[in-house]
Order: sequence, then structure tokens, then C-alpha cells
Amino acid sequence: MTVGIGHYLTLSAILFTIGVFGIFLNRKNVIVIMMSIELLLLAANINLVAFSSVLNDLVGQVFVLFVLTVAAAEAAIGLSILVVFFRNRGSIAVEDVNMMKG
Amino acid sequence: MTPELSTSLALVTPELIIVAGAIVLLMIGVFSSGRPGALVTTLAVLVMAVAGLWLAFFTGEGRAFGNSFVVDPFARFMKLLTLGGSAVALVMSIGYSRAHRFDTFEYPVLVMLSTVGMLLMASANDMIALYLSFELQSLALYIVAAINRDSLRSSEAGLKYFVLGALGTGMMLYGISLVYGYTGSVDFEVIASVISGQGRQIGVLFGIVFILSGLVFKISAAPFHMWTPDVYEGAPTPVTAFFAVAPKVATMALILRMVMETFQPAASDWQQIIVFVSIASMALGSFAAIGQRNIKRLMAYSSIGHMGFALVGLAANSEAGVRGVLIYMMIYVAMTLGVFAFILSMRRNDENVEEIGDLAGLSQTNPVMATIMTLMLFSLAGIPWLAGFWAKWYVFLAAIDAGLYALSIIGVLTSVVAAFYYLRIIKIMWFDEPAGGFQPMSAELRVILGLSGAFVTFYVLFGAPIGAMAQAAAKTFF
Repeated sequence: MTVGIGHYLTLSAILFTIGVFGIFLNRKNVIVIMMSIELLLLAANINLVAFSSVLNDLVGQVFVLFVLTVAAAEAAIGLSILVVFFRNRGSIAVEDVNMMKG
Repeated sequence: MTPELSTSLALVTPELIIVAGAIVLLMIGVFSSGRPGALVTTLAVLVMAVAGLWLAFFTGEGRAFGNSFVVDPFARFMKLLTLGGSAVALVMSIGYSRAHRFDTFEYPVLVMLSTVGMLLMASANDMIALYLSFELQSLALYIVAAINRDSLRSSEAGLKYFVLGALGTGMMLYGISLVYGYTGSVDFEVIASVISGQGRQIGVLFGIVFILSGLVFKISAAPFHMWTPDVYEGAPTPVTAFFAVAPKVATMALILRMVMETFQPAASDWQQIIVFVSIASMALGSFAAIGQRNIKRLMAYSSIGHMGFALVGLAANSEAGVRGVLIYMMIYVAMTLGVFAFILSMRRNDENVEEIGDLAGLSQTNPVMATIMTLMLFSLAGIPWLAGFWAKWYVFLAAIDAGLYALSIIGVLTSVVAAFYYLRIIKIMWFDEPAGGFQPMSAELRVILGLSGAFVTFYVLFGAPIGAMAQAAAKTFF
């Protein structure tokens, strides 16, 4: 069996779904939400690299390098906001993010 | 310098001015002793004014950096509107940050960086530029929402905005990867020609849905509005004012460019999405706002509703529709800044109050403030002759011309429902027992509220030149 574009698309779709469910069904910890966000970006990256290879077009891989950089910045900002929140609230459980109803 | 690079740099000069200004101001903030917050804020407003003047008078039109950046009348209109919104929001923060001891110099610098992202968004012409400018804007906004580090509400607002915003950008990126794969390019024009050549493809369709969901997140239209009320309530009020204007204008610019240029060949597909989002936002914005007691939360639902009305013009998919959206965004910015200048002036015993009940009997204690606010609320509700009426007039006219009768009827009905909660505030201000007056307004808020009140009242007199400007900007796509 050869691995084709369909397999990559399936893998990335599964990862993306796990990421979205990780954000919405997770009732425990904000860190898990951060990991789910990374999963979303990585799913898109797999898509981009797979398409880039099939299309024989380097732009997709260049795009992935940009996305990786931005993802690192995003994770840094997310974690620092989480630290600020922890200092004020003393907890990072999802159920404690409840000062305002919404 | 090669000629290509020098022409490119000439086109991005306004952005470069703000970036250089942000770096210099960061250094001033770090190395000056004392509290440099107010100084840095003033300088930041000046830098933005210089960039705006440069953009209006000294920047040509054309494409830069290998077709990934474009300056056209549409981009110029949206950029000037964004710059104006950001600069006024910064001016409003001066008094508040002094009174609430959060006059950190990082705030104006972050607003500048976020504004650069918004300007680049209005000019983005390929998917990579779109993603990077969008993230530059978003990352700065996440920090700005949590800028009041000692407040639990502010940090909670930042956390919620970060998680949901990152979900939005994740969805957008997944959509971009699908569109790239099924069309083989990241360039907006090439994508448009490929889509029109190969007809409808399921992969491209999925991509459009994901990209539009990610973008709609940032203008807080339903069903992606969940973050809006909490972030509006939790963030410091000047930050809320900034959130309510600048990112929405810039994201609306991006949505307009995407659907009018890139996805124009798939118009019948995205039109359904926009119609659905528009109806959902108008309905949610009208009904959910009725029970609110906090005026910032109320403004959050009001802005959700207003984005729904603006999208009515987009659904029309015509030149008149785009013109309507542009006029709507301009009037929305003017009204929202005025209302937030009013909210920032709701001060009693050196504390900012936010409950609608605190406005009781304002007509007896602060008659001028109450009168201007009444005009603003009538305008938000869309009562004729005021600016808000003309904003709705143009988008609904375009929708009716395009044959979207059901959408127009639902829109008018929801605007009647929305009028209820605006009128309720007016009733509380004019007919309830006074709850004690507010402290005198600060000079800059007085000027902003006055200008905004004059804009909504006398819009009929100078509506024609604004309409002509919006018309010229809308022509870009047709």
C-alpha cells in the first residue's frame, strides 16, 4: 500500500477534530486547552506540507515555517496570560474561570 | 536598492512609521524614570496621526513585495478608519489609566503594534500575508485584554479571549491549508481564477467555510460571539473601546476583500453563510441585550447586532452593498467611540460605575451629557435623520436591490426589538428618580463625546462627500 494525499488529509482531519474536542469537552485544566490549540495548528501544518509535496510547490513549506514561528509566540503569550491569571485566582482549573458568566 | 524594493518600501511607509515609532517609544518607556505612561500615550497618538497623514497624502497606489501587499482606494479607506479608531481609543485611555493606576507605557506600544497588524490586514493580498498580519493583530490584542495585571476580571478576559481567539485562528489556518491544496496557490487573484476555472469543489468549499468562521470570530458575529460579553466586561474600559472599533474595521476589510475578490466565483456558496451569520447576529444582538444590567455587556450585544446589520450589505454582493458596509463601519466607529467616551465619564466618588441603574435621572444632574447620550442611543437604534438610520438605510437598500427580501424583513424587525433596550436607557435617564450626578467630564472625553454627537446629529449635512468616498473605495472590487 502506498501512502497518498488522502492518508495525510485523514490524519490532519483527525488531529483537528481532537483539537476542537479538546477545547470544548475539556473540563479540567487550561494547560490541556493550550495543547489542543497547538494540535489545531499542527493539523493545518500537516495539510500544508502534504499539499506542498503533491503540488511540487515550495510555498506551502515556507508557510509552515511561518506558522511554526507564530505558534511559538502564541504559546508564549498564552502561558504568560495563564500565569497572570493564576496569580490572581490561585487556580488554573477550567471551572474556576467563572468570574463573569458567558 | 533595486527599484522593486524601493517602490515596495514607499507603499508600506505608513506601517513602517508606526513600527519605528513603537520601537522608539518602547525605549523611551524603559529608560525614562518615573511614570512615562501619559507621555508615551501622547507620542503614540502623534505617531499614528503622522502615519495617517502620510497614508492620506503621500502614499501612491500599487502592489508591493511580489503581489502580497496591495494599496488601493479600499485599503486606504479602511486603514484611515482603523487608524482614527485606534488613535481616539488611545486618547480616551489617558485619564482612565491615571485614575486607575495602570498607566503602563506598554499599553500604547501594544496598541500601536496591533494597529500595524490591522493596517497590513487591510492590504493583505495573499494567504501568508493574511495569516501573519492577522496574528500580529491578535497576539497584541490578547495581551491588551489582560493589561490590568492585578485585576482578576482583566486577566480572566485575557484568558478567555486567548483561548477562543486561538481556536478561531486555528480554524482559519486549517481553511487556508485546504484552499491552498485545492487551488495550488496562496495568491488571492490566482485562487479566484482557479476557482472560476474548475467550478465548485468540495475541498475549496470547506476551506471557505473554515476561513470565514475564523474571520467572523474577530468581528464577534454570532455564532462565534461567545467571547464578546465577557471580554467587554472584564477588560479595562478604554481597552474595551479599542476592541469595539479597530479590530472590527480591520477584520471587516479582510472579509470584504476575501469574499469580493478571492471567493467571488463561489459567490452563491458564501452568500448563504453570510446571510445565516447576519440573521443570527442580528437576532442574538437584539434579544440577548434586553436583560443586561451592565452597560459594557449591553454594548457587547449591541456590537454583535451591529455587525449583523453591516453583513446585510455584504450579503447583497453588489457595489451598493460594499458601499453600504463601508458607510456602516464608519458610522459605527463614530457612534461607538462616543458611547465609550460617555461610559468612561460615568464616575462617582472617583470610581467608574458601569450599571445601567446608575444612569437614573441623569437629565436632571448632567443635562448636556444626558442629551448627547440620548442622541447617540437614538442613532444606535436607527431613528431617522440621525447617522445610525442612514447606515441601516444603505445596507437594506442594497439587500432589497439584490432580492434578499427575507433578510431585509428580519433585519428591520430585529432592529425594532433592539430599539427597545436603547429606549429603556433613555427612559431611565429622563424619567427615573436621580441617583446622584457624575463628576465633571475630563476635557478630552468632552471633546470626543461632543464631536461624536455632532457627527450623528449632522450626518445628513455632510453625508454626501462621505458617501462619495465610500463609493470610490467600493469601486475597487467592480
